Amino acid sequence: MREVSVIGVGITKFGELWDKSLRQLGLETGLAAIKDAGITSKDIDALYIGNMAAGSTLQQEHVSALMADYCGLAAQNIPATRVEAASASGGLAIRQAYMAIAGGFIDIAVVGGAEKMTDVSDSESSYTVSMGSDEQWESKAGATFASLHAMIAQSHMHEYGTTREEMSAVSEKNHYHASMNPMAQFPFAISTEAVSNSGMVSSPLRMLDCAPNSDGAAAIVLCATEKAKKYKKKAVKIIGSGQASDTLSLHHRKKLNQMPAIKIAAKRAFKSCGKKPSDLDLVEIHDNFTISEIIALEEIGIFKRGKAASRILKGDTKLGGKIPVNTSGGLKARGHAPGATGIAQIIELVQQLRGEAGERQVKGAKIGMAENHGGTAATAVVHILEGE
Amino acid sequence: MNGIVSYGAYVPTHKIETGEIASVWGADGSAWAKNLNVYSKSVPGPDEDVITIAVEATRQAMKRANLNGDHIGAIYTGSESHPYAVKPTSTIVAEAIGATPNLTAADFEFACKAGTAAIQTCLGMVGDRQIENGIAIGVDTSQGAPGDALEYSASAGGGALVIGDKNIIAKINHTTSYTTDTPDFWRREGQKYPRHGGRFTGKPAFFKHVVSCGMMMMQKAGTEAKDYDYVVTHQPNGKFPIRAAKTLGFTNEQFETGLLTPRIGNTYSGAVFLGLSAILDIAKPGDRILAVAYGSGAGSDAFDITVTDEIAKIDRSETVESMISRMKIINYATYAKYRGKLNMGATK
Amino acid sequence: MSVPRFWRELDTRYNLIGSYCKITKTYHYPRRSFNPEAGRESIDSMKDYQFKGTGEVVSSTVVHQAQTGYEMFGPYCIAIIKLDEGPKITTQIVDCEPEHVKPGMKVKSVFRKLGEDSESGILHYGTKFILNEPEEAINSNDEDISNIEV
Repeated sequence: MREVSVIGVGITKFGELWDKSLRQLGLETGLAAIKDAGITSKDIDALYIGNMAAGSTLQQEHVSALMADYCGLAAQNIPATRVEAASASGGLAIRQAYMAIAGGFIDIAVVGGAEKMTDVSDSESSYTVSMGSDEQWESKAGATFASLHAMIAQSHMHEYGTTREEMSAVSEKNHYHASMNPMAQFPFAISTEAVSNSGMVSSPLRMLDCAPNSDGAAAIVLCATEKAKKYKKKAVKIIGSGQASDTLSLHHRKKLNQMPAIKIAAKRAFKSCGKKPSDLDLVEIHDNFTISEIIALEEIGIFKRGKAASRILKGDTKLGGKIPVNTSGGLKARGHAPGATGIAQIIELVQQLRGEAGERQVKGAKIGMAENHGGTAATAVVHILEGE
Repeated sequence: MNGIVSYGAYVPTHKIETGEIASVWGADGSAWAKNLNVYSKSVPGPDEDVITIAVEATRQAMKRANLNGDHIGAIYTGSESHPYAVKPTSTIVAEAIGATPNLTAADFEFACKAGTAAIQTCLGMVGDRQIENGIAIGVDTSQGAPGDALEYSASAGGGALVIGDKNIIAKINHTTSYTTDTPDFWRREGQKYPRHGGRFTGKPAFFKHVVSCGMMMMQKAGTEAKDYDYVVTHQPNGKFPIRAAKTLGFTNEQFETGLLTPRIGNTYSGAVFLGLSAILDIAKPGDRILAVAYGSGAGSDAFDITVTDEIAKIDRSETVESMISRMKIINYATYAKYRGKLNMGATK
Repeated sequence: MSVPRFWRELDTRYNLIGSYCKITKTYHYPRRSFNPEAGRESIDSMKDYQFKGTGEVVSSTVVHQAQTGYEMFGPYCIAIIKLDEGPKITTQIVDCEPEHVKPGMKVKSVFRKLGEDSESGILHYGTKFILNEPEEAINSNDEDISNIEV
């Protein structure tokens, strides 16, 4: 197996990008990533696209060929593959490219993720997001995506005494980080009180516990490490990768307040590089809801079960704290464009590990992890990256 | 001997008070309540309709007497608010009680007496040995146009009777009908709300048919009012049935058990079924009941019924009274939302 | 939901038909032809089973931003309940104050409309749940009918 490095990154600002189409977003980030890597289109062996919902939001499937075409790669008949696993689509696309390069099939791949959530009404985009859970036996029964996470939160609060204030601290911290990220959808700080007093969505989850449904795109260039020196001085290595799945519906899980797919994906990623939670300098977590970040940190093993929430409130996961989490602002404040989210997480790690994160730089960051999941964590994908 | 093998009833959990409706239209609520003798009416939830009420009432009837779908040879549902204009309510009921596929089914419409016409059909089929048991259902979720007099009374509810010739809890001794062409109340195809002839719905319509049919029934049975323990008639409001019963020679004690409209409103096709269910909830062997339905357009069906010893063998723990006592008051805004009276606009 | 897609699962929704695995002696809802715990041997050992329709609340939430098609209920209660036979399902708990629903409360099934394709489309019916012990009725308005003038 060969080592794989990230040699280029490109990202749009996430948010309501009214004047940009899916293909335009894909092109912009793809070009930016290629430019950052210092390669030309002729160097690219394959294209991988993470996209969750173009079929339901844009009535457009076959997004792989669409992107290859609009990025100018159709002329060279490039292999293009779309990967879909709800909000984990981006992370999973990276893993597919990673495996193809590590396995020696190709040397260089561009992995792009793009999503347009604002070309449909709010109710349609919300329904689209809930398609990541069991449409027949959850969504059609009246459960929203937020309501499923609300029951996860109720269960966590009931068993571990997790509080309103602790959940608010997740959002407050992520907004604080986003205030230092010019590409964030919400680049401003908010107070824990503002989170605790925001409108109720599905008890106990309030508006500011929930990540937005954003437009956005992100792209990276992966290269076999042995060939990376040729293009980029500061390559960042992917040293670990893990993936796991679980029952599609929440009600089929043994415990509602756990997300075992995350635990197993992280365990596999740690095992693949011989690292452990205490080796991590920073983490990007899939905080689609505040409760998800709390549980994911417990599943990964960064904090003991039932202890993450109080540590977050204490400031341990803030920039300058013991283990900074979501320095990008996370899904909550950087924004959440499902297919692009998993790739945006990797871009944040790359920028941090290159030492190019500016105001929000984690000092001396060497090893970072990204955790990306789909649905109520029926798919989880975890990557560990190491800077030079 | 043919008659009732079991019975089931259903009244929705929500109700709205007459005064609340009147306050929306600037009307005198206490006067309306007193004039109609209707103080509150049931309101179906957003997920309730004739089909769900028919299923709940029928399931109760099946459970009461430990019946299963194999026992049922026919299902007929009478209603003027079937959710589908084309596609039967009765097939959905049949599926939901596990009676498919060896049965016959159809939906009936005759304003508020469609359900009692279904009873007569079942009696005929059982008597002719075409089926072992048939189910007759009377249910409505009727609506009055906002602000119309009907809005104070039009409500939701219904009942189901299993008709057969074995293990019968109440024998149907006789039945008779009285039918004319009297256009007192109607709803045209495609119209959301029915229209009515105002005071014309009284003397030439309701009273003429109910009283004539009741008298014909007693003549046929060789009975007088004093021979009955209970009487129940159709009850479009709380006053008409009392006046009709008194005209036929009945007293408060005989009609008060089956008179539910003052508390739950006019359940249309469900009215006689619910009134009869309330009587069967407390009836003793040997009790005699006169039931007279009325449907606009117009006609009456009457039934002379005698309760048997078998009534002690069925489960009567769930009663109409217990359902009514569970009802919770909602305001007009919630009522308007639940009943689809809000114009939601087009979203697509 | 298209007509065949709804029709195919009709008895599962109307009558809570699931499966019983003769190998592990466990119950499954909705119906499945394969029990992951028993492996391929279970393919011929699964038989239809009608659930009693009783169970208890495991977790619940009051939904203020309604799911598409549930706007008329808002706010409403969504819960994960555990059926007495074992399996858990996600369901709306109706006819109650949604915030009164708590873990451990007993529930029973009712037949309700689940939704519709469109104003002119097919209607979807199925099972929802209510609390076993209804909350106290707020009040009643009994009148003495013997005083009514006719």
